[in-house]
Amino acid sequence: MKAITIPALVAIAKLFSGATLRWVDCQPDTCQRVYFANHTSHLDALILWASLPRQIRAITRPVAAKDYWVRGPIRRYMSGVFNALLIDREKIKVHNSPINMMINEIGNEYSLIVFPEGSRNTDNEMRPFKSGLYYLSKKRPDLELVPVFLNNMNRIMPKGEFLPVPLVSCITIGPPMWLETGESKNDFLDRARQAIEKLRDL
Amino acid sequence: MFDFRLLDQPAIILLLSNVTVLAVLFGVGRFLRKRSESEIDKDVVRAFSRNMLSWIVMCVVLALALMVNVLFTVIFFWFVSFWAQREFITLTPTRPGDHRTLFWVILVFPIAQYVLVGMAWYELYSILIPVYGSLFVAARIAFANDQEGFLERIAKIQFGLLICVYALSHAPALLTWEPWQTWDSEAGGLIPWEGAKGGLLLYLVVIVQFSDMVHFVVDRTFGKQVIAPKVHETKSWEGVIAAAFASAVVGVLIQLLLPVTPFQVIGSGAMALIISVMASSGSMTMWAIKRDRGIARQGTLVHNRGVLDQIASICFAAPIFFHVTRLFLGRPVTPPAEEATEPLQTLIWQIPWWIC
Repeated sequence: MKAITIPALVAIAKLFSGATLRWVDCQPDTCQRVYFANHTSHLDALILWASLPRQIRAITRPVAAKDYWVRGPIRRYMSGVFNALLIDREKIKVHNSPINMMINEIGNEYSLIVFPEGSRNTDNEMRPFKSGLYYLSKKRPDLELVPVFLNNMNRIMPKGEFLPVPLVSCITIGPPMWLETGESKNDFLDRARQAIEKLRDL
Repeated sequence: MFDFRLLDQPAIILLLSNVTVLAVLFGVGRFLRKRSESEIDKDVVRAFSRNMLSWIVMCVVLALALMVNVLFTVIFFWFVSFWAQREFITLTPTRPGDHRTLFWVILVFPIAQYVLVGMAWYELYSILIPVYGSLFVAARIAFANDQEGFLERIAKIQFGLLICVYALSHAPALLTWEPWQTWDSEAGGLIPWEGAKGGLLLYLVVIVQFSDMVHFVVDRTFGKQVIAPKVHETKSWEGVIAAAFASAVVGVLIQLLLPVTPFQVIGSGAMALIISVMASSGSMTMWAIKRDRGIARQGTLVHNRGVLDQIASICFAAPIFFHVTRLFLGRPVTPPAEEATEPLQTLIWQIPWWIC
């Protein structure tokens, strides 16, 4: 069944987003990566995932909010199709930390798509990053952190709307970065945010 | 599957020779680019080759659509409209309050317009967007409770709809308009035109391409009198005039050698002149829009030369070509004076009278 639904979903996502994918100082690779992007629309995860080359798509799992993606059978089904890693935003506890869960789930094979702003920004300004990215790379320093800038997604489906309007969008993937030894949490998160910010003007 | 009712022999020869010429020019462009000691600016040659390539692709797809039937051609033009319009809206800023309107403008009106063109319902497709569409856009945005830059926003959305959908839909309308006539000197009047209708559409496309090409080459080689340097640095009066006259000559030649249109030889030249002037105006307008948005060499959002750039000239030429041709050679045949006999229709027409 997935052999049909995945290409169909990918084709629809590409048609609706009109997305062009640009790799800037970065090459497509199947090594383990964490793609972190700005978050402006519910479609972000789906479109970014669909736009990746097929081999990379197969091993890449978007991290998404559980409360949104389990509501209704269509969303639940779709999150299964793109193999989303659902995080419970309400019940974050020490023994149930999302970072541990991500690390367990990806093993030595999968890459992740994360949105470190936590929730969608309403205007074009990015919100401050949540610290998850820092703790993730602290525990798994071998993961390549790849910044991604999503342009124009918020106009395709703005917050509070349910019908997408097919405009053109652009996905820019930038050079990978890592957590430097001894770098503080705030410095690192700032640097990560800057990395996305830089892609805006390229 | 293939059916050649839309294309007759001259039309096919015109199509093949057009694609051949474009392919040769593309080859010349590639050759010039390879030669490093060439004096010609590399970027100009690259832009030229890219134009040729996109015209070739467009011609081949259009030819395939024409070979199948009217329905496929209409769908092809709908798709071009769709792509151009999404680029247009992407380039123009809109506010979140416009979202629902954009949904209508991108998905509902274009489909309705092309369905009507396919049905040859002239009374409705000629006013759907200018009347119903433009009023709808204004009202729908007002209902969305966001008044900031109201007039500016409705103007942008209406213009996109008008150019990308309404204007372009007049190209396939050439195929569905019934009937076309031609002048017959023996009968001393208009007689029904027997030619294949695809020829008219092909004539339009070929002239627009040729005009764009001459315009481009003349601008870059001996264009001195720049028309509007703020809008475009190289588009010159020499280019416009040379393109118009060269197109007129080609129009005359096409009608002499490969009669694909119902025009006379002189008429064909005059028509090509009009098409060329409209094509130049169209590309100039598109540059003004792009310059206003600050996209000199294309921003990152719409890559390379988008569909919109490529078809701006056709968008301007198509409705004028359609209406001028219709004015002279598309007179509706007066129906025989007979009472409407369909009972349902009669009934519907009577309802208002009963109420009054």
